[in-house]
Amino acid sequence: MSRRRLVLLRATDRKLLRDLRAMWLQALAIALVIGAGVSVHLLAVGMLSSLEQTRDAYYERHRFAHVWAPVVRAPENLMPRLRGIDGVQAVETRVRAPALFDLDDMSEPASGEVLSLPDGREPHVNRLYLAEGHLPAPGRRDEAVLLDSFAAAHGLEIGAQVRATIRGGRETLTVVGRAYSPEHVYAIAPGQLVPDDRLFGVAWMSREALGEMAGQGGAFNEAAIRLMRGVSEDAVIAALDALLAPYGAPGAYGREDQLSDAFLTSELEQLETMGAILPPIFLAVAAFLVNVVVARLIATERSAIGLMKAFGYSDRAVILHYLKFVAAIAAIGVAVGVAVGVWLGRGMAGLYADYYKFPFLVFQADARDYLLAIGVATLAVCGSAMISVRRAARLAPAEAMTPPPPPDYSRALGSRITAWTMLDQQSRMILRQITRWPGRAAFTAIGVATSGALLIGTLFFTDSMEVMTASYFNLANRYDLAASFVEPRGRTAYYSLAQAPGVVAAEPYRVVSARLRNGNREERAALTGAPPEAQLSRLLDSSGRSITPPPGGLVLSRDLAIKLDIAAGETLEIEITEGRRPTVHIPVARVVTTLIGSAATMEIEDLNALLREGPVVSGVNMIVDSSRLDALYADLKAAPGVAGVSLHRLAERNFRELMDQNMGRNILIYTGFAAVIAAGVVYNSVRISLAERERELASLRVLGFTRGEVSYILLGEIALLTVAALPAGALGGAALARFLASAMSSDLYRLPFIIRPGTFGFAGAVVLFVAAASGLIVRRRLDRIDIVAVLKTRE
Amino acid sequence: MATADAPLCFRTRRLTKIYGDGATAVHALRGVDLDLPEGEMIVLLGPSGSGKSTLLNILGGLDHATSGEFLFRGQDMSEAKQSALTRYRRRHVGFVFQFYNLMPSLTARENVALVTEIAEDPMTPEEALALVGLEARLDHFPAQLSGGEQQRVAIARAVAKRPEVLLCDEPTGALDSATGVRVLEALQTVNDQLNSTTLIITHNSGVADMAHRVVTFSDGRIGEVRQNAERTPPRELAW
Ligand SMILES: Nc1ncnc2c1ncn2[C@@H]1O[C@H](COP(=O)(O)OP(=O)(O)O)[C@@H](O)[C@H]1O
Ligand SMILES: [Mg+2]
Repeated sequence: MSRRRLVLLRATDRKLLRDLRAMWLQALAIALVIGAGVSVHLLAVGMLSSLEQTRDAYYERHRFAHVWAPVVRAPENLMPRLRGIDGVQAVETRVRAPALFDLDDMSEPASGEVLSLPDGREPHVNRLYLAEGHLPAPGRRDEAVLLDSFAAAHGLEIGAQVRATIRGGRETLTVVGRAYSPEHVYAIAPGQLVPDDRLFGVAWMSREALGEMAGQGGAFNEAAIRLMRGVSEDAVIAALDALLAPYGAPGAYGREDQLSDAFLTSELEQLETMGAILPPIFLAVAAFLVNVVVARLIATERSAIGLMKAFGYSDRAVILHYLKFVAAIAAIGVAVGVAVGVWLGRGMAGLYADYYKFPFLVFQADARDYLLAIGVATLAVCGSAMISVRRAARLAPAEAMTPPPPPDYSRALGSRITAWTMLDQQSRMILRQITRWPGRAAFTAIGVATSGALLIGTLFFTDSMEVMTASYFNLANRYDLAASFVEPRGRTAYYSLAQAPGVVAAEPYRVVSARLRNGNREERAALTGAPPEAQLSRLLDSSGRSITPPPGGLVLSRDLAIKLDIAAGETLEIEITEGRRPTVHIPVARVVTTLIGSAATMEIEDLNALLREGPVVSGVNMIVDSSRLDALYADLKAAPGVAGVSLHRLAERNFRELMDQNMGRNILIYTGFAAVIAAGVVYNSVRISLAERERELASLRVLGFTRGEVSYILLGEIALLTVAALPAGALGGAALARFLASAMSSDLYRLPFIIRPGTFGFAGAVVLFVAAASGLIVRRRLDRIDIVAVLKTRE
Repeated sequence: MATADAPLCFRTRRLTKIYGDGATAVHALRGVDLDLPEGEMIVLLGPSGSGKSTLLNILGGLDHATSGEFLFRGQDMSEAKQSALTRYRRRHVGFVFQFYNLMPSLTARENVALVTEIAEDPMTPEEALALVGLEARLDHFPAQLSGGEQQRVAIARAVAKRPEVLLCDEPTGALDSATGVRVLEALQTVNDQLNSTTLIITHNSGVADMAHRVVTFSDGRIGEVRQNAERTPPRELAW
């Protein structure tokens, strides 16, 4: 008896394989949609956890600081009091100085900084990961460890020499080591958006040597602090500020204001958002597809089910049989998804490793991530199949084996419309098919619309980024180059730069660090003083008109206004944390939207007046004649007071390159996935429709309808649904884009919600193309249909 | 009857049809020579599997013979291409099958209109349905009609284009006798009024009495061809 059962079961398994083979293309289409869901999930979640784990391990092992407390100059003997602050676990004081590097392989200066390392021991905070070489010997003015990416970009090996201007002094440094630092994972100069390994350098030197160069002998100008677990960062910052205020402290800050970590965090947040939105969409579509396909498959399998039951198979055995079928498809999907996800993840990790300077980064999704992806996919798919399978299993064998009665179209919706006499009968058949099974039609349309929406939601980033980039680089900030001074300088410094070779136009700016307060809300910000009617660096209103702060007033960017809960017309309390540290109350004249960065801007003379200083400037924005750049660079590198040079045009190019590279890849991936959904939905709908209506279509051929006329009935339906789905897809895409615009915006930039018409066009074209291609594959089957054989089978 | 010297509708010579090849080859037709004059009603009798449907499908342009000659009104159809066969079916042939093959999404009237819309000189759908006695069922969907009614819609659909040939493969096979008689009456009306050459395959030898000519088939060959001197109206057939 049990042997017999075994043989029978094997027979059903053979049937399963046969069914799978017969429907392989359909099965594959579903499997690919499942696969897309799994791989998006793995990619997003796996990348996120890889980066998080790498970051956490790196930060912990290399004792990345929690708080930075800059000062102008404080005596080293403050150390015990720093250490004594409640919650402080470790403190390292150091000297930090801006630097301009002069390199043989390029004419432009590289900006950056030099940091001190304690002499004769490892630092307690912010340890380096030494990739090569050794730390500088105590007291050696000529030895430096370079940031590995900077050294690599210029081919600087151990023993090579670099010229640098450090706080006005010209030095020649010998590279004794190359290192990674947890403070420079995202190695970027202040005011820049994208790292450029060539243009941003960091060097580490002996504390004693750098102290001498920077005039900080026996003193420090920054303390880096690690906190004990569970300690309030705000409390420590408050204590630090109280302690360090007499030493010119602009205010201590935590990781959220540390450039490298802020960028890294915002990237991780974006990955998290993507991971939360996209995979569920894919899995829902896959579940839907499987449900419909299985329901329809079972409808055509009624007699097979009746037969199985007549042979004595239990309901459970029947359910199990079809679940195995679905599970096989899910298994293929999951396998493809995992493989593609890991492959994409490795590629992506390579990309991240390019601009995140981790000493190690491997794509490593957790077992938990895999289990979740596999579990959710399997559940979604098998769960939805379960519903239709159980209904089928409940059929009595006799009932199952009799053919179902012809579907009753008299109950279809909207029979008035479809009875309209102007219609030809084929079009009427199309419309009745849709109105008789509106749920199916809706499913197909929703699937197609989802795919279109995903496309638009992805392509939107290019449009939005383009607007953001153009507005920031071409409209708001029109200078080619900005030079900043080591410390504020008189107007003569500005005039001498304005008359430097190749400078076509120049405008000064003054910038100080400040705390903005409204009620109990407080934000750290850079307060900028701009010349009246500034042309090179402007704030723009929503229609692109330039906004100039009125005398005595302040223009605030919207992100700050929101954080401070303040509107135009209200008064802001500003504590300037430099110079004589005045606290003033200034009315907010305008609030403007800035797409990149924040702004708190007033007239330069007002700012000078608040600080009770003469007409001093912090730096100069310039437009330069590109044919004379080399001469200008040479001048800047030689100028003692210049602390940093920011090459705006290069920054723009870098930013665009990064966007192209990053966006290009993501768009390719998501376009592929969206196409998979469209193809999966359309192909399955048409294919199943063909299976169900084979007899009708063969009858039409008998009546003398041509292949083209017959395929019109089959493909006309999908064409109509696809076209109907396009506006819905456009709306859904716009909604998705709108959501992503706000979800993906960060402190660093805000994505405007803008979709070019061309984006709609492209998405529509992709959807139409994929739908047409999927339809045509089925049409080829229809063309090969054996009329006689089809009609011979009983209805 | 008076049909003996009428022009030929169909003429076949040494017509064969082989399905498959090698050891599994099935010889469905083993050389069929047949002359069928225009306007006759012909009944095709023979055991199951003897090749009746195969012959009908070839005559109707649904299938190609493996070898031999097949002329429709003197025109050689054996080498006709797919598109030519489609045109042939569209213009000249009406089919009626055991299963009615109606479009479930179209009403009776619309099912007939499907054909009249692409025909050259069709009746109106209403005329065609009146011919089979269904003037009261114009706007019913197949699901709302009985089996016999559905079959009569199928006949109306087949004849609405006034075809030269009406080919019926076991048209009463799925019907009870009373309903079957109504269907046969409809076929006879069509044959009388439109003068379409009508070929009816049936298991039921009683039906043979309503034909002008009876062709008996066995094992892929024609056994006997006989002409009825007297035709029995369907209502009086021994069922
Ligand atoms: N498509 C086909 N493939 C293989 N054999 C077929 C096919 N169609 C019919 N046959 C075989 O050809 C023979 C004649 O079939 P058919 O013409 O349908 O007989 P009838 O209509 O007289 O019952 C039968 O043996 C049948 O099995
Ligand atoms: Mg037959």
